[in-house]
Amino acid sequence: MQRRLLVWAFASALFAALVPPAAASEAGYRLDRSPHDPNDLVSLQSGARLFVNYCLNCHGAQFMRYNRLTDIGLSESQIRDNLMFAAEKVGETMKVALGAKEGKDWFGVPPPDLSVIARSRGADWLYTYLRTFYRDSRTGSGWNNAVFPNAAMPHALWKLQGERALEVAQVKDLAGHVVPEYRWSQLTPGTLGAVQYDTAVRDLVNFLVYVGEPSGQSRKRIGVIVLFVLGVLFVFAYALKKNYWKDIH
Amino acid sequence: MSGRLLAVWDWVDARMPSLAEEYRKHMAEYYAPKNFNFWYYFGSLAMLVLAIQIVTGIFLTMHYKPDASLAFGSVEYIMRDVAGGWIIRYIHSTGASAFFIVVYLHMFRGLIYGSYRQPRELVWIFGVLIYLCLMGEAFMGYLLPWGQMSYWGAQVIVNLFGTIPFIGPDLALWIRGDYVVSDATLNRFFAMHVIAIPLALLGLVVVHLLALHDVGSNNPDGIEIKKHKDPKTGHPLDGIPFHPYYTVKDIVGVVVFLAVFCSVLFFAPELGGYFLEYNNFIPADPLKTPTHIAPVWYFTPFYTILRAVPPLFNSQFPGVLAMGLATMILLFLPWLDRGTVKSVRYRGTLYKAWLAAFVVVFLVLGYLGTEPTTVWGQFGFDAFFLDTKDIATWAGRLCTVIYFLFFILMPWYTARDAARPVPERVTP
Repeated sequence: MQRRLLVWAFASALFAALVPPAAASEAGYRLDRSPHDPNDLVSLQSGARLFVNYCLNCHGAQFMRYNRLTDIGLSESQIRDNLMFAAEKVGETMKVALGAKEGKDWFGVPPPDLSVIARSRGADWLYTYLRTFYRDSRTGSGWNNAVFPNAAMPHALWKLQGERALEVAQVKDLAGHVVPEYRWSQLTPGTLGAVQYDTAVRDLVNFLVYVGEPSGQSRKRIGVIVLFVLGVLFVFAYALKKNYWKDIH
Repeated sequence: MSGRLLAVWDWVDARMPSLAEEYRKHMAEYYAPKNFNFWYYFGSLAMLVLAIQIVTGIFLTMHYKPDASLAFGSVEYIMRDVAGGWIIRYIHSTGASAFFIVVYLHMFRGLIYGSYRQPRELVWIFGVLIYLCLMGEAFMGYLLPWGQMSYWGAQVIVNLFGTIPFIGPDLALWIRGDYVVSDATLNRFFAMHVIAIPLALLGLVVVHLLALHDVGSNNPDGIEIKKHKDPKTGHPLDGIPFHPYYTVKDIVGVVVFLAVFCSVLFFAPELGGYFLEYNNFIPADPLKTPTHIAPVWYFTPFYTILRAVPPLFNSQFPGVLAMGLATMILLFLPWLDRGTVKSVRYRGTLYKAWLAAFVVVFLVLGYLGTEPTTVWGQFGFDAFFLDTKDIATWAGRLCTVIYFLFFILMPWYTARDAARPVPERVTP
């Protein structure tokens, strides 16, 4: 009894320590949950198109090879004809011509490589970040961001989303604490509506998550098989043990 | 065995009889107590994880580049372009954390059943040395992916050596081989991680096992099975040969362990940032210090102790000293315990209360080390003795004191503890 209690206390304390706290960005802006689906190939392909058109001018994904995109249901000729603006051979990695020095000169910091950006930032952060740009005359680029204040990056997707303004009001919540309230307003319309834009960002984030770990889906597939095999092995291992130990009392 | 195989065996045995002798000594005729329970799986599991780490490590070194400009990329190359590379890398990274989980549980077993007590003091000491080696191995290995946490974690830990009075700065410089963590540091840490420390680890594991098999295993009752031997055979009445009984039992443990291990490996290799920290997917940048530098979870109890001790004369050395003592004090455990019984089963409430406090405190210290010191907010009042108002820092201090009191007061409370009578023979 006592031992069992000890084991339970240990396990529950461990579990309590491992539960991650609720997500918020460093600026305190509440992150939206990214609705991406890594099994949705249409979304991944749409994300790939957005990525090469809007991101792959300043940001590279230098560890990602173009021909790896066959993972998301594209043929090599489809990749070559539709996605390769910055490379000659389909086996090349997604590099950009913009060097670190020019990047620093133009933006203040070199645009980071996006190969594993979804692994360091997380999908929720990216999904919220790409949807919270607003016009700000005080910054060099004329843009600012609610999740990442004073981000060096201008709003690369502004034609899709249109220009927006943000007003932060300090209001009291029900408990009487002063909390910021974010009031968004549309200054000029984008080529996409609000819902369409969210969908486009979802696709892009889906693609970035895929690029962060191209083997992510096969990892889970193999995992199911491995656990099944271990389950079968357990039955035999347990029967073997029982049989050997039947005379030990 | 078939006739031909038997002939080969006879041929070997005629020339090298020690082989069969060692097999008998450590497997077929090593008599272990028959009442091993759940806690006794973790010794063999630690050996399994060591083997896993060595094998996956060999394959990783075939593709990894210990060069500051290439290291981060070579890990991504392993994750993407090397066939099966991602699986090897995840096994190794999950294995690092699994090693500590298994070893912490193995040490806890030794603690509750008094496996460190006479005549097993050397077994315990070799075990503590294995644990210290493991910490060095994990620390050096963590630099290799060359991410932000690798880099700044190493910077922080090497700087700890720099706080040692008089020799500190020179010592830190000697460890790094440069004024900051750099390519030189990466290269030497790689050498230590793949050759020096694994060799020491393997040697220590051998002497740990040799010392254990000389005196025999302890058991959950904390009594000596060698006191009651079969007069005819000379084997302990409560002992059973390790092979086949514990080999088949440990296979069950291995399968269950692998199921848990693979659940993490295949479905949550980062385990919410605890096994692979998110910031470590940002390449190391010597010019950009992350706002929150946290070591990997297995070091966090000691990291909290480091942060809990206030600086003295502007030096962090007292904290470093406390952190060092927190691990070194384990070496003295066999002589701190004055109890009349070994196992927690027959100890009194006084010892059990201290043990429970120690477990809670160790887990709280571990948790606090993963979070910034502001995690539990601040005190709402001011007082002259409050050098910091962070509640978590004060909680860390309280836990640090209890951690040390568990050891320092042990001679007192174990001697006073009202033990229950111990049975003559093992109980199931």
